[in-house]
Amino acid sequence: MTNFTWSYLAGILPLLLSGMVVTVELTAASLVGGLLLGIILAVLRISRLRVVALAAATYVNLLRSLPLLLLIFWFYFLVPLLVGRPVGGMTSALIGFILFEAAYFCEIIRAGLQSVRRGQVLAGLASGLTYAQTMRRIVLPQALRNMLPVLLTEAINLFKSTALVYVVGVRDFLTAASIIGTRDNDLVPLYLLAAGVYLVVCLAASLSVGRLRRGYAL
Amino acid sequence: MHYNWNWSVLTTAPYFGWILSGLMWTVLIALAAWVIAFSLGSALGVARTVRSRVVRAVAAAYVELFRNIPLLVQMFLWYFVLPEVLPKAAGDWLKRGLPHAEFWTAVVCLGLYTAVRVGEQVRAGIQSIAAGQASAGLASGLTPVQVYLHILLPNAYRIILPALTTEFLSIFKNSSLALTIGVLELTGRTRQISEYTMQPIEMFLTATALYGAVTLLVALAMWRVEGRTRFPGMLTSEAS
Repeated sequence: MTNFTWSYLAGILPLLLSGMVVTVELTAASLVGGLLLGIILAVLRISRLRVVALAAATYVNLLRSLPLLLLIFWFYFLVPLLVGRPVGGMTSALIGFILFEAAYFCEIIRAGLQSVRRGQVLAGLASGLTYAQTMRRIVLPQALRNMLPVLLTEAINLFKSTALVYVVGVRDFLTAASIIGTRDNDLVPLYLLAAGVYLVVCLAASLSVGRLRRGYAL
Repeated sequence: MHYNWNWSVLTTAPYFGWILSGLMWTVLIALAAWVIAFSLGSALGVARTVRSRVVRAVAAAYVELFRNIPLLVQMFLWYFVLPEVLPKAAGDWLKRGLPHAEFWTAVVCLGLYTAVRVGEQVRAGIQSIAAGQASAGLASGLTPVQVYLHILLPNAYRIILPALTTEFLSIFKNSSLALTIGVLELTGRTRQISEYTMQPIEMFLTATALYGAVTLLVALAMWRVEGRTRFPGMLTSEAS
């Protein structure tokens, strides 16, 4: 029979919380890194230089054809070989997440930029703004507004995907729940609890994004 | 960086066979799960568009439930939790009686998860069809079921075909999660051989090439199918 009680829950709470901190840190760091790299990739993809655009497109399409899990293992094995010493699951997972998410963010950003009609750019240039001013004052505000809900949805997906670091032994929320469940020989309530927490967090977040999207379209 | 390249591990027994069997399991999981995802997803998509509020609410609850729990957690729920909460006989059968239990668990998990995403595409496809088509069907004497079967669904599939290709490829990639419950599919085999041979780079390059090749083949094949089934005059066939 299960030993799951309120006092038991209070006892394991610190471990679960520290796991959730790791999950949130991993999500935030991958989000920032993936966005930065994604912006660079998107700019390269719409470059007039065909070689540059092709290289960026190849990167994006290759990464999008691979399972995230394979990528996490790739870097789990590769990074220690490159730097010559063990770096731990967290670093290699973070590199994998950033490179992987960058491909998805690139496509979101590119779609956002291309959603701004060409006439807007022409009108900006015709009214005497420089190209940089047109970009900053006309294209980017509209593009950001168009892509924000999609970016937020992708951030929620990223939050869910970080559970995959379980396979390289990073102590995220799911791994913490699994470790406690194995230790106390009581996996069922721990996995149900983990599922419940993810469900509540992601449902609240995706409902907020849905509300934002409705009251918001241009 | 010191690394001794040794591509011959690829053709060495038993590793060559292991990679092939890994690829086979990956493809089998993807195909079997797709059967569930496509049929249940179509039902979900229809259920989200019918008149009945109760049916719509049940379908919406299913969508939110399966969409907001990470796939890996769902995999653990099916594999570790379900046999414990079922009546003892059924749980024991799942744990010991069912042949290839891990495979079937992964198939069911991936199928039910991807059904949500297929369902949302089917719903978008149905809603993008002009309302007059359903009205015309009803006016000409078809029952509502016939309207869905002969008018709405066939048209919706044609509209959302590119999105369905994406979803099939996502099942193909997500099948790698089966390794966490012990199915030695392609990613699992790759990791296993890497550990045995200490030649991870060759193995991961091979797996990358295999995943990339299958994706490319599927994408090319579907691109041709899309060209034949696209509605003439429709520029964008991507429903979102």
